[in-house]
Amino acid sequence: MIPGALREAVARDGEPIVYVARERLLETMKWLKETPGQDFDYLVDVTAVEFRDKERPLEVVYFLRSLERKADLRVKVELNPSEELAVDSVWGLWHGADWLEREVFDMFGITFRGHPDLRRILMWETYAEGYPLRKNFPLRGRFSRAEQVRQALNANPEAHYSMEELSIAEASDDLPDDMRERLKRGERGVIPEPPHE
Amino acid sequence: MSKRVVSPRTIELELATPGIDAQGHATRVPLTADRAPAEPGLDEEHMLVNIGPQHPATHGVLRLVVELDGETVVRCIPHLGYLHSGFEKLGEYRHYNQIIPLTDRTDYLSPMSNNIGFALAAEKLMGIQITPRCTVLRVIACEMSRIISHMVWLGTTSIDLGAFTPFLWAFQQREKIYDLQEMWTGARLTTSLTRVGGLLADIPDGFVEKLRDFTKTFPKTLAEIDRVLTRNAVWAGRTQGVGTLTADEATNYSLSGPMLRASGVAYDVRKDKPYLGYETYDFDVVVGEHGDVYDRYLVRLEECHQSNRILEQALDRLPDGPINVDDPRVILPSKTRAMTDMEAMIFHFKQVMEGVKAPVGEAYVGIENPKGELGNYLVSDGTAKPVRWRIRPPSFINLAALPKMAEGHLLSDLIAINASVDIVMGEVDR
Repeated sequence: MIPGALREAVARDGEPIVYVARERLLETMKWLKETPGQDFDYLVDVTAVEFRDKERPLEVVYFLRSLERKADLRVKVELNPSEELAVDSVWGLWHGADWLEREVFDMFGITFRGHPDLRRILMWETYAEGYPLRKNFPLRGRFSRAEQVRQALNANPEAHYSMEELSIAEASDDLPDDMRERLKRGERGVIPEPPHE
Repeated sequence: MSKRVVSPRTIELELATPGIDAQGHATRVPLTADRAPAEPGLDEEHMLVNIGPQHPATHGVLRLVVELDGETVVRCIPHLGYLHSGFEKLGEYRHYNQIIPLTDRTDYLSPMSNNIGFALAAEKLMGIQITPRCTVLRVIACEMSRIISHMVWLGTTSIDLGAFTPFLWAFQQREKIYDLQEMWTGARLTTSLTRVGGLLADIPDGFVEKLRDFTKTFPKTLAEIDRVLTRNAVWAGRTQGVGTLTADEATNYSLSGPMLRASGVAYDVRKDKPYLGYETYDFDVVVGEHGDVYDRYLVRLEECHQSNRILEQALDRLPDGPINVDDPRVILPSKTRAMTDMEAMIFHFKQVMEGVKAPVGEAYVGIENPKGELGNYLVSDGTAKPVRWRIRPPSFINLAALPKMAEGHLLSDLIAINASVDIVMGEVDR
């Protein structure tokens, strides 16, 4: 029996699914990776699912594989949208989770606690329209095309760099004066205001 | 399982090139040796270099921000998303068959196998068994895609590392496959080959003969490429020992495809989780030993040979019969029947207006794409449009290991390492 498992199911493609309690996710994953006979040494994918039914919880889905045993397992954590959307990061077990978790964060707004560098990945860092793959996000985005263009044209050059990267350049004092001024004031590009709904 | 290890390390150099040591590595002259310090304290300073997004060596709109200590990469921070099109979001608003054109545009260097990956996932979700002829034709399409994708990789990578000739040879072969794709689907790139439960069309007359000609002449080009690159001093010097990943690291970083196998992990979805009857074909899983750029090159080159073998076998066994399943709820009736037969017209109407409904549930199908394991994960709530369509993008996941691989290498090696990942930004950004 897998520790922390709430219930089990079988997907339509015949793969086993295990639902795990959010608090015990990390413990379960560690057990699955390190227990002989389980040996799930390969993380295939991490993603999330939000259903059209608003009552249903969001699911964070982990696809695990044992390369040795050629077995697959799907681990799911259910998150209630009314509560905080956060789970523990599995980056410590599989480094491949780095960008996958960043993408889930970017697209669904789910926080991965303990992730070393949880930033947006496909959208830019100052993106202010929300989380694109959530069901309450309209297909064409929240802002009008004109507003998106206006923001893009008004962005300062430093908006294209992360704070970490700017700190490298700042040490060498190579940045233009106005850019350094803005950084000193704690501004970071133009952080846009969302238009009134 | 038949496994073929490719990784000769005793390179017999064909050219006595100065600047290459006995192991075939380029001898690096430390540039700073006799340099008088120009400015005090310059040594401790790190430089920030921005490469891309518009740069030919980044293979698309990838942007790399690199922290340099002299010429050595201290840190490499990739920025993605310049080609983000929101395919997964769009998929939630489309019928299953309407998603197929979107899959063309993800990994646009191997559109046919993307089409197949999606169709297999949708068929698994709906519980559809495809016909024998369709299965073999899909295998042919998958292996054709692998060849063109590897040819583009070979051509562009050799250009990145300063060899122009193999690029022309590789693109010539790719052109032949593109002609075949055009014959079959009418399009070179946006093939949209599959439909849920079948194919867009059967292969046209003359296709089999033309493909057979290709399988006969293609190994010659591979031999030529092998001759100019494999034992080439410059090529070996720029690729051996560069961007090395051990088997454990490659597994831990979730790499797949040639990237994983070059590190010595013999995992191939075609062998280990067979789809489309791949278990009945005779081919080897190509693995490397050292996990560096050179081994990735050898693995991809040998994979082209194996694909060619599979193509020959598939052409030999190609059965006759229908290409679509016999299920009017899934496959559109022919135009003639829709216009003359009442029942066919109703099915036609319902399919076009309502789409094909999938039962409640979820399905994941991973296929061995040229770049790695392409996964399609579909979740359905019983309607004709998926609740969630997730693409497991192989080159996105492979690219995530780039910062790790590039650390400590020279800036020029970063270009070689980035090329060896074989990214296609349409898929990385989706």
